[in-house]
Amino acid sequence: MEKTYYNPADLAKFGNIAEWQPEMGRKFFDYYGEVFKEGALTEREKALIALAVAHAVQCPYCIDAYTSDSLQKGADEAQMMEAVHVAAAIKGGSLLVHGVQMMNKAKDLSM
Amino acid sequence: MKSLKATGHQLADSSFQLTVLRQEVADTLHLPLFHEKLAEAGLFPLVPVAPAVLQINVGKMCNQVCKHCHVDAGPDRKEIMTRETMQLCLDALARTDIPTVDLTGGAPEMNPDFRWFVEQLHALGRHVIVRCNLTIIVANKKYHDLPEFFRAHGVEVVSSLPFYNAKTTDRQRGDGVFEDSIRALKMLNAVGYGQEGSGLTLNLVYNPNGAFLPGSQRGLQEQFKRALGKDFGIVFNELFAITNIPVSRYLDFLIESGNYAGYMEKLVAAFNPTAAAGVMCRNTISVSWDGYLYDCDFNQMLELNVASPVQHIRDFDVAALAQRSVVINQHCYGCTAGSGSSCGGATA
Repeated sequence: MEKTYYNPADLAKFGNIAEWQPEMGRKFFDYYGEVFKEGALTEREKALIALAVAHAVQCPYCIDAYTSDSLQKGADEAQMMEAVHVAAAIKGGSLLVHGVQMMNKAKDLSM
Repeated sequence: MKSLKATGHQLADSSFQLTVLRQEVADTLHLPLFHEKLAEAGLFPLVPVAPAVLQINVGKMCNQVCKHCHVDAGPDRKEIMTRETMQLCLDALARTDIPTVDLTGGAPEMNPDFRWFVEQLHALGRHVIVRCNLTIIVANKKYHDLPEFFRAHGVEVVSSLPFYNAKTTDRQRGDGVFEDSIRALKMLNAVGYGQEGSGLTLNLVYNPNGAFLPGSQRGLQEQFKRALGKDFGIVFNELFAITNIPVSRYLDFLIESGNYAGYMEKLVAAFNPTAAAGVMCRNTISVSWDGYLYDCDFNQMLELNVASPVQHIRDFDVAALAQRSVVINQHCYGCTAGSGSSCGGATA
């Protein structure tokens, strides 16, 4: 086992996951490639969504990959930071909305 | 900011750059050398096709000092093509049917014989491209009429604008460059450049503002058109997405920022045989300010002269040059990565 859980060099080895399950690996990467092609959304918009999700799931590999990808696809710094704020708003909002549950429970328990 | 040459930087020495490139690819990263990669694709030796473009670098003097400049151009560079050498270029062109002449620099307009040269090229019936950095148009009153001069001589204007906002552009090209570039673009638009139906072509050049490859040229073009149109009312024809080549000041940036190994790995991993078959050095001949011949402007800056008995524009001979192989080295990985890169943008 490595001394740290995350090693930047492992990002380039992502494809190796197919070695132990080639069929599922191939299907996953085909799907992955298809998802990021330009479609109803542009490649830049998809890169920004991926960047936001990367922060929400707090995946260092994904943040590394989609920071580069967003720049490569022509996103600017303000757009990238706004994407992160969108993730933060949803994360924060999803926490805070549970406050209603807490309030409901507290009301049930209180006189 | 001064040029690498003016500061006596080690990377101003082209042979040192070539050593650094080879060491990184072969010794540090243990990746194939460029000629090995070409051989795998069945493209080595790389042979030229009929020349379609004579690219002439009329001097290294420039009013800007961009961080990525492969020419190491700037106000402190004094290498300038003389009218005598320009005449040799005209004589050579008159003996051929090369249709396009691509003028570059530095800022080509700073050459004192620039306008005379354009007039002669136009009279010779050749399509003239000027690689204009935009800010030169507003740098001094004597350049304010350049858009009108370009229009009168049917010049195709190709201009660098690495991004559609000031922050990113100025970080690469210097403080105030974006604002001046926008002013210049408006002046070009005002005489008809980039306007539909005018026949006056204004193309922009995007290059990444860091150690990453350009994205889809089409996607970037759409973004640039939308942003420049909405924010400034500016129109242009096409956007050329160009990869930064690890040469001179960009090589210095890569090394100083700790991105060198990662960038070279990226370039090699993105090697595209289709882009390799379409590299511009196959149909272009590059002339330096002092009249020597090269396969491209990058080779020129690395002092990799053409592999031919014909070395100088005074001896220009298309048939003899057709016998040569293109001189390649590790920097060539830049033109073969991903969608490919050339002075006209993506190639694959």
